[in-house]
Amino acid sequence: MEITIEYYLILSAFMFLVGVTGVLTRRNAIVVFMSIELMLNSANLTLVAFSSYLGNSIGQLFVFFVMTVAAAEAAVGLAIIIAIFRNKLTVNIDEINILKW
Amino acid sequence: MSLDVILFFVFGIVAAITAVLMITRRNPVISALFLVLNFAALAGLYLTLNAQFIAVTQIIVYAGAIMVLFLFVLMLLKPENEQKFLELNPKTKIFAMIITFIVFAQLVYMIFFAKPSQYISKDLKKSVEVGTIEAIGRELFTNYIVPFEAAGFLLLAATIGALVLAKKKFD
Repeated sequence: MEITIEYYLILSAFMFLVGVTGVLTRRNAIVVFMSIELMLNSANLTLVAFSSYLGNSIGQLFVFFVMTVAAAEAAVGLAIIIAIFRNKLTVNIDEINILKW
Repeated sequence: MSLDVILFFVFGIVAAITAVLMITRRNPVISALFLVLNFAALAGLYLTLNAQFIAVTQIIVYAGAIMVLFLFVLMLLKPENEQKFLELNPKTKIFAMIITFIVFAQLVYMIFFAKPSQYISKDLKKSVEVGTIEAIGRELFTNYIVPFEAAGFLLLAATIGALVLAKKKFD
């Protein structure tokens, strides 16, 4: 038995969709952010798998850019969550509906 | 069974189970800790793919820096347990799970239908070479220098943005 690239792709698809389920079902804004991190990581796994199997280091390079964007997104997103918590004393996204039409 | 098969299944099963546990726990702190375990398992998977540098960066940046940031914000905010997974809006949640299951089935079907492994086979020597710091650094500082600088600028903007947004008063 040999580990082919399909195994990594299916694991990555599974983790991505677990992240999507988390975003759609959880109500705590911080857990929603963590689900987004999970989705970014599953995309990273796909990039590294293809990079390693194709023998091309560009895929691993892009993982760095994804990590940079994830770090920036986490910093700004958590700052927004803190600002919302200061005004409304909650991080439940059902109660943060001021922009809802 | 050879060692790489065993390693893939150990790390892969840990990653899959911790991902599911992460979204089903009610306490956000426990969710965050399961996410740390998930990132560690992913670092192990990167090692099985011979991406040594990415594996180390994954531990340092994700499991270290980003998750500490998450736990720090959880500490600042009032911890509130959510209701049980299916108690609030069960219809929406079941609908979300059905949708994601359909998309997962489509993806698995496409991956088996396309059979990428008949075109791509792992060249061990080459894959060890591309995972080194040397190979990644050479690409990063020659062909990809502009995206690299843009990423640095993005981090600067994010730092300033986080400071401005989390400040007590806008004045």
